[in-house]
Amino acid sequence: MAAFDEMLPESSGPRRPYTAYDRWLKEQDPARLTQKTQDAERVFRKTGITFAVYGEQEASERLIPFDIVPRIISGQEWRRLTQGIEQRVQALNAFLDDIYHRQEILRAGRIPKELIAGNEAFLPEMIGVRPPAGVYTHIIGVDIVRTGENDFFVLEDNARTPSGVSYMLENRETMMQLFPELFQKIKVRPVENYPALLRRSLAAVKPESTSGTPTVAVLTPGSYNSAYFEHAFLADQMGVQLVEGPDLRVVDGHVAMRTTEGFKQIDVLYRRVDDAFLDPLTFRPDSALGIPGIMDVYRAGNITIANAPGTGIADDKAIYSYMPEIVEFYTGRKAILGNIPTWRCSEPDSLKYVLEHIAELVVKEVHGSGGYGMLVGPAASKKECEAFTEKLKAKPSNYIAQPTLALSTCPILTEKGLAPRHVDLRPYVLVSDRIQIVPGGLTRVALKEGSLVVNSSQGGGTKDTWVLDD
Amino acid sequence: MLLGRNANGLYWMNRYIERAENMARLVDAGLRMALTRTQGAAEEWASVVISAGSDVAYGQKYQEHSAANVSDFLLRDTSNPSSVMASIETARFNARMVRTALTRETWESINEAWMALKRMLAKPIDERDLPTVLDAIKRETALIRGAFYGTMLRNEIFDFSQLGTYVERADNTARILDVKYYVLLPSISWVGSTLDNYQWESILRSVSAHRSYRWVYEAEYKPTNIADYLILNARMPRSLTFCYRFVIEHLDFLARDYSARHACHDTAECIHKMLKVGSIKDIFDAGLHEFLTGFIRENTRLGDQIALDYRFY
Repeated sequence: MAAFDEMLPESSGPRRPYTAYDRWLKEQDPARLTQKTQDAERVFRKTGITFAVYGEQEASERLIPFDIVPRIISGQEWRRLTQGIEQRVQALNAFLDDIYHRQEILRAGRIPKELIAGNEAFLPEMIGVRPPAGVYTHIIGVDIVRTGENDFFVLEDNARTPSGVSYMLENRETMMQLFPELFQKIKVRPVENYPALLRRSLAAVKPESTSGTPTVAVLTPGSYNSAYFEHAFLADQMGVQLVEGPDLRVVDGHVAMRTTEGFKQIDVLYRRVDDAFLDPLTFRPDSALGIPGIMDVYRAGNITIANAPGTGIADDKAIYSYMPEIVEFYTGRKAILGNIPTWRCSEPDSLKYVLEHIAELVVKEVHGSGGYGMLVGPAASKKECEAFTEKLKAKPSNYIAQPTLALSTCPILTEKGLAPRHVDLRPYVLVSDRIQIVPGGLTRVALKEGSLVVNSSQGGGTKDTWVLDD
Repeated sequence: MLLGRNANGLYWMNRYIERAENMARLVDAGLRMALTRTQGAAEEWASVVISAGSDVAYGQKYQEHSAANVSDFLLRDTSNPSSVMASIETARFNARMVRTALTRETWESINEAWMALKRMLAKPIDERDLPTVLDAIKRETALIRGAFYGTMLRNEIFDFSQLGTYVERADNTARILDVKYYVLLPSISWVGSTLDNYQWESILRSVSAHRSYRWVYEAEYKPTNIADYLILNARMPRSLTFCYRFVIEHLDFLARDYSARHACHDTAECIHKMLKVGSIKDIFDAGLHEFLTGFIRENTRLGDQIALDYRFY
């Protein structure tokens, strides 16, 4: 299966967005580039841009490998992408509002009722609750894959607590340190205002009862969390407090943090703690990461929680297959960005097809994430396929399947020079009284030759993503 | 505005950085003694372990006080929470927790110290490499201090950090003096004997004051001068008086910033008063050992009181 290479397609010469970069690259001494790769690693280690890998004692702090060849997107390509993303994000928020209120989409029979009623990601506690400013999912990371010159698809909507934005920012910072001359030659749209936009966006959805400038805080599960670096990074860049559950308590109907001068009210909480751990009184009683009673404050409209509890129902993999219908239902237009054809294994015909073609398909757990619990048919051994077949048969509704896409490739720098590797793209979207998308995002790259799994927990790396100012 | 948990993190981050440096200095002084004396090295190493406040834990692990055992225990052993490696680990853990309160330079200097020392202390240290390793530890902590002083805003974050530094330092100096207090007592010391000269120099060396002593006092070591230097001299950066000058200053800044005084302010004033005695002779008259144990106790109490008043927990 020949993949579309975004820099050097088979025909001739580099694609247009890459022409200036390609010219520069040809002038470079390969030894210097290798040196720069090592420099980059040193910068990351020194700054402590690390992530924890669950279940690995030894390497509890690892670097996500960084490749110095940028992923370049033209201004025109970007404009089309953002139109599609904006439409999708509007639909996601409209869907959430509907699903926790009148459920028109269910009444209209566009998606089956069982899909909501029996879904763990649906939070009955959110029924009838309208978040401040009516926004449910404030920060979204839309995973996009490409298969050809004009073929972009949404692989996943991350509407809960998408991570990785700190890598987008640090990758750019690192590239500017390593290759300042490149940024003078090529006009790349900046991404560094993301934290400022995030803060503005969070402040814009403050509770109605808050007058004046709201106090914003980032809630982290703590320094043992795999994404702790990012939580600290964002709090720092926004100039707000990074709080943990034990720092907070409910005081006089508001959520407040324990400071050296006593308790201070918080108005907007950007939480990076999962729904289940948010409030031990409402959700998991054993949670030490949450704040007892925060849901009561939320229901009373005295705090904004971003993203709102219960947004997981919108990025559930079982719901995903209905996204074209959802987009059309709420925006009245066909989806600009396509979905990847998806077989729902809960449907007998689909299950039959999937079982017969398992060696060609990608099979995913409906509630899985991070690349865990999935099977990439073409890359799996016969034994692995058989084992997965058993799992599928045991609980079909737990799985969906998709064709193995020829994800586009982008070259990485290897010891033997440039070599194509599969990539995806996660742009970050901010929703408040407006929708903003920072030009760029996180490009994840599967470093192993031929591999399609880009997740950092599974040996993926990252690249700086350039949107050209053309 | 500062979270109580972060104030706690800053306070302990700095206590542990200070502790790591003091530990290196103690081992340095011990090494010096062992090199310059033909006999009684074990006794010297034993007193180094006591000064480090680690004698109980050490006794559970080793029978003998050899250079290899003591330096391994005080520098590398992470089962000893006060070893240099454990201290740097704890300091970095706290720094990571309060990262948003630190400048990038400060965080990076701590992170880099951790990386460098982790590498350096990965394997047992050959005795011949000990001086190099001790130098490296002192250099790393000096870099942290430099980054910290050079870049941090002088606000509450700075105040809580400095409180950690000076409470730890005062504790350290007082302990060193208390372990050796008997060699300072005029009644049992043979003034001018070689033995005492070594002992006294060892005390000064363990607070990096063996050279500066001569700039302040006459060339010859005198026990009263040494005690005066380390307890009362307001210009000596490791003396108890010096430490408390800054403890009081930073507590006062906090009181002004927050427009509130707490019990810890009174505790600190009380301790400061203990140090405002007429002269070192008064302390000797009342009992040096009693003075030092009283000081260590009150200093610890101040730390607890600060934690309580500023909602560390």
